[in-house]
Amino acid sequence: MPIRESDDVVRVRQAVRVQAVAAGLGLVDQTKIVTAASELARNTLDYGLGGTVRIETFTGNPRRGVRLTFEDNGPGIPDLERALTDGYTTGGGLGLGLSGARRLCNEFEIESVVGQGTRITIARWK
Amino acid sequence: MEDGFAALSKIVSERESEIVAHWRQLLVTASGGTGRIKDAEVEKQCRDFLSAFAAGLGAGATVATDPAFDSARELLGGVSQSRANQGFTPTETATFVFSLKEPLFEQVRASYPDDTARVASLGWDMTQILDQLGLYTMEVYQRSREDVVRRQQDEIAELSTPVVKLWEGILALPLIGTLDSARTQVVMENLLQAIVDQSADLAIIDITGVPTVDTLVAQHLLKTIAAARLMGADCIVSGIRPQIAQTMVHLGVELDVVSKATLADALALAFQRTGRTVVRKAVAKG
Ligand SMILES: Nc1ncnc2c1ncn2[C@@H]1O[C@H](COP(=O)(O)OP(=O)(O)O)[C@@H](O)[C@H]1O
Ligand SMILES: [Mg+2]
Repeated sequence: MPIRESDDVVRVRQAVRVQAVAAGLGLVDQTKIVTAASELARNTLDYGLGGTVRIETFTGNPRRGVRLTFEDNGPGIPDLERALTDGYTTGGGLGLGLSGARRLCNEFEIESVVGQGTRITIARWK
Repeated sequence: MEDGFAALSKIVSERESEIVAHWRQLLVTASGGTGRIKDAEVEKQCRDFLSAFAAGLGAGATVATDPAFDSARELLGGVSQSRANQGFTPTETATFVFSLKEPLFEQVRASYPDDTARVASLGWDMTQILDQLGLYTMEVYQRSREDVVRRQQDEIAELSTPVVKLWEGILALPLIGTLDSARTQVVMENLLQAIVDQSADLAIIDITGVPTVDTLVAQHLLKTIAAARLMGADCIVSGIRPQIAQTMVHLGVELDVVSKATLADALALAFQRTGRTVVRKAVAKG
């Protein structure tokens, strides 16, 4: 689904919540993946200049959960390690979105090419 | 043999009056005579659409997405949108296009009384294109309904940000729903104004109704708390549900204020802080 405006962030949260429930995640895991999704969707919008998210559920053995892939064609992140440092922000935020999302998920992968864009995949399972 | 779509175009323009008369009648019957849309308006919509439809077919369009159908689609979009806004059902809205099939088919038959094969093939072409336009109508309808919902959400957001006086000097701000930046600005200003107006010492911010606390929400809360402090009021945050508390810890956000599980607990603390006690007296039964 698209992430083009602020309301899309709300829609992403709602869609992720629905999928997390469908995948059978408990309340705590739902809240964690929804919150992580909110952070990454907001970054996609604010820093990635808009993009998309793909939401997938997996219900097979041995795990049940949700996987999200955020993609944008924005400016990219020049220094990933720095961006993942608690408190680092270039946009006047708290600088806890990326690092916090990583702590909230079981899986966290980030690829970014300066001048081309950013792709982040996260998953939460039980 | 003349191409099917060109033939359809000719039939539509040459027999427009017959088609419109029949079509209008079907639309009136379908709406159950509720008269929600004025007859004159329906007639105009029918005529406008038919001429745009004939023009599109004449220009060689064979699928609904063809640029030659731009003005036909635009007209349908307008019809759909106004019906969505007026609360028409999806069926009522889609009926506009679908009920054109019968009158159009009738005129196709009348044009080729002795050629059943031709009638069948034109009928098929017509059905294909009207189905596509019908689906387009539904897409616009759906989008328009979403817009209506979005507008209502905006209105609700405006409404649901009251500052409540709980006691002399004690305010409560029950937050409900999504805290986007625009709304948070309103909330914060309301709270600060109330603190000044009522010389409040304590403000309880209750987030029971906030579904997600991410770093943006946390930042808004932190700013509000800091601003309240500058105005001389301390904040207590209540209603942080356990799963939210846990998530906040992982995010690494700390609100740096006293927090209580419920608004009631927060009020009890506020009483205590302002030197008040609540005493229960025996109540006469009867
Ligand atoms: N999709 C993205 N494209 C480009 N830069 C990004 C993207 N996501 C994050 N960043 C960079 O990483 C920094 C840290 O992000 P985050 O931890 O979410 O903190 P914040 O959003 O508060 O700035 C951002 O300030 C920004 O510079
Ligand atoms: Mg962020």
